[in-house]
Amino acid sequence: MYEQFKARAEGVSAEVYRFETKTVALDFIVGFLQREGCADEPHAYALWADSPFLDGVDRQPLSAVAGLKFVITRELAADARFGISQMGWALADTGSLVQDSSAIEQRLVSSLSTIHIALVPTSGLLADMPTLLTRLHPKDSAYIAMITGASRTADIERVLTIGVHGPERLIIVFCDELN
Amino acid sequence: MGTEFKESINKAVNDANLTGALGKFSEAYKVNRAKAYEGIDFEELRGRIADLKSYAASHLDQLSEQFEKNAVARGAKVFRTNDPARVREYILKVAQDNGVKSVVKSKSMATEEIHLNPYLEKAGIAVGETDLGEWIIQLAGQTPSHMVMPAIHMTKEEVSDLFSKEVNERLSSDIPRLVKVARNELRPKFLAADMGISGGNIAVAETGSIVLMTNEGNARLVTSLPKIHIALVGIEKLIAHYADIAPILKALPRSATAQLLTSYVSIITGPTPNDDGSMKDLHIILMDNRRSEMAADPKFKQALQCIRCASCLNVCPVFRLVGGHVFGKVYTGGIGTILTAWFDELKKSEDIQGLCIQCGACKDVCPGKIDIPDLIMEIRRRLVQEQGLPLIQKAIYSVVNNRHLFHGMLRAASIAGKPFTSGKFVRHLPLFLADLTDGRSLPAIAAVPFRDRFKEIKQPHCTEKIAFYAGCLIDFAYPEMGESLVRILNKAGIEVIFPQEQTCCGAPARYNGAYETAAGNAIDNIKALLEEKVSHVVSACPTCTVALDHEFISTLESLGQTEWIPKARVLAARTIDFSTLVKKLVDEGRLSLKEGQQLGSITYHDSCHLKRTLKVAEQPRELLTKAGYEVTEMFECDMCCGMGGSYSMKLPEISGPILQRKLKNIKETGAPVVAMDCPGCVMQIRGGMDQDGAAVKVRHTVEILAEQLKE
Ligand code: SF4
Ligand code: SF4
Repeated sequence: MYEQFKARAEGVSAEVYRFETKTVALDFIVGFLQREGCADEPHAYALWADSPFLDGVDRQPLSAVAGLKFVITRELAADARFGISQMGWALADTGSLVQDSSAIEQRLVSSLSTIHIALVPTSGLLADMPTLLTRLHPKDSAYIAMITGASRTADIERVLTIGVHGPERLIIVFCDELN
Repeated sequence: MGTEFKESINKAVNDANLTGALGKFSEAYKVNRAKAYEGIDFEELRGRIADLKSYAASHLDQLSEQFEKNAVARGAKVFRTNDPARVREYILKVAQDNGVKSVVKSKSMATEEIHLNPYLEKAGIAVGETDLGEWIIQLAGQTPSHMVMPAIHMTKEEVSDLFSKEVNERLSSDIPRLVKVARNELRPKFLAADMGISGGNIAVAETGSIVLMTNEGNARLVTSLPKIHIALVGIEKLIAHYADIAPILKALPRSATAQLLTSYVSIITGPTPNDDGSMKDLHIILMDNRRSEMAADPKFKQALQCIRCASCLNVCPVFRLVGGHVFGKVYTGGIGTILTAWFDELKKSEDIQGLCIQCGACKDVCPGKIDIPDLIMEIRRRLVQEQGLPLIQKAIYSVVNNRHLFHGMLRAASIAGKPFTSGKFVRHLPLFLADLTDGRSLPAIAAVPFRDRFKEIKQPHCTEKIAFYAGCLIDFAYPEMGESLVRILNKAGIEVIFPQEQTCCGAPARYNGAYETAAGNAIDNIKALLEEKVSHVVSACPTCTVALDHEFISTLESLGQTEWIPKARVLAARTIDFSTLVKKLVDEGRLSLKEGQQLGSITYHDSCHLKRTLKVAEQPRELLTKAGYEVTEMFECDMCCGMGGSYSMKLPEISGPILQRKLKNIKETGAPVVAMDCPGCVMQIRGGMDQDGAAVKVRHTVEILAEQLKE
């Protein structure tokens, strides 16, 4: 299923990675943020929305990244370059990510940032939409959000262009250790 | 048709940007759509969608109530009304009560349907569209030209001019740069807005949820940033169960933009907290605006199965020429014609319903399984019922309904028409008295019609007899096609009978909404064709075949003339089209074509009625291949040729360019011959080729096969 997901997600210009442990995944994220010039100034910093991933993680390596914040407000989100959040599920047949986004912070970091880094537990990989609908029900979530690739438009001369109102890059990080 | 309407058509077909963009898009769309549906059983999928939407349409009240109950239980405020004026008032009141100064909107056809923007703006509230295409249109002060791609008619240079004015800076026409500008301009508007207004792609009764789909991500911001969210949803968006969203989510993006899923899907159920800890003020308006009336109409109920994917526009040969503006301000294309007739008023559809050439291409791809051309015919019928036929048509149909007079006039025309035989004056068949046309030559009326020539044909006596239904075109314009057919059947040991009382199949009358005339024709033909016991009634004209096979019944049903329906069914069961019959005879070994021939390349044009109504496409190709031809497929082989009966006379400005496209596709195959199974298409394409001067022979399959019979 992972291979199918990866092919489908890359087909809509997402970048897909997979790591066994949280530690390796964390190293990747730190390296990524540093490489991409994360810094403590407007349009350069990163926001990390509350995620189970962070539970029990040694945050020490994170302090190496300048401009990584864990407090989310709409003002901060509006000028963030990176948004990091954890998604609950991934759908193999369309390359989509799914999250219970009832908490506004989750939506702010994934909709206002320029680059969205999405963490996904590998165990959350599902075959397709009908399977998801049996797992995630509106009675348990007031705002179910699905994300498939980057924000896109073809409204000017039908030319596909990435990054309209939402992120222009979607980095998907699977972690096997995550539940 | 009004002159203003004609002018808008002329403007559109001469707008090179528009026709170029739509043309290219529709060509690419076909390929991309097929790819998106790879491995999916489309018929099964749309069957499910049609079922669940049809169920919802029969339970609108119940589902509205259930939706309201469940949404309210989750904390949403639900307002239900039939009246667009009350929707506008409600939204304005919520805005005023909360001191709203600015609104951001994500794309919603329902708000366009009720002309919400100007209403709010007049009350001093700033309204910003945030879908890129909608924003462009808003800046330009125009209306959308396509349901999914509202600004498809504009070039990047025009967009750059608009944006330059907006940001007071001279911008280049680099598209990614323009998109950035839009992002930067709209971002502060999102953040400052006091209210967000969205539509809803789906409303789930079972959970009180609304589902929103976008690619740009604007709906996520519209529903997340402002503290008030109003969703305006037409009640046709209701479905019963949460699980029902799966098939719609599967089909809608694939059909709309050939995507597996739109970038963003949000399922919103009740309010969520804002970032300051307060709760969102969520209002959901369920708007009826004649949808219940539509659901109560046995014919039009199926139009509520529409999921607004716009694929019916993308495949429509007429839409891709004229675009949306000709259709009016809100809903466009084939389905738009139907929705306009209801949500606006029947009269508003008077001109636009005439744009449909009845090719059936839309019906084939509609994920809601809606018979769009049939509903447009029904609009035509009701318009005629309400307003009567124009005098000139009335005169024509009173002739057509009297076979002796009609055939007498046709014979007279063949004599009187002599001096014009090389000219372009149309004076044949039910189309006589029509205007001059450009772009093709038309056949003269035959000096001796088939019905007279038939008497001279010496046939062997055979036990099996088949009745030939010629139809007006073969009878009076192309009698040689009829002779070819007799020769072929005789060779297979079948005797052809020609009931002399047969008359026009009624299609021209029916396609103009004159159902009474069509019913008169149907009854005359039923009597004539059932008189003698035959194994089949064969026709070499797909339009006639469809009349005999389906439309006699449906015309009589529409008029409630039930006493003839059983006989109409007997006739339908006996009816067969030429290629299917001959293929059967060849397969049964009763008819043999010459063997080992190498006749070179041929290309085949699928006639609309044969391919899409009768579902016949392989038979003629197999027969031509068997005869020794190599079939070279043309691009868009099953796209309409632009004939459409009297359509080509009424709307030559549309029929002409459709024909030119067809001629180009034929010529590009390099084949010296193009075959087809419809005398109407022969008339259109042969006439076009003649004017074009290209050395391509245009022939009916019956003529070709008659030359290749094994002696
Ligand atoms: S039947 Fe043909 S012409 Fe009519 S709306 Fe459908 S696609 Fe367009
Ligand atoms: S009528 Fe059918 S094809 Fe047209 S928009 Fe509606 S669902 Fe799509």
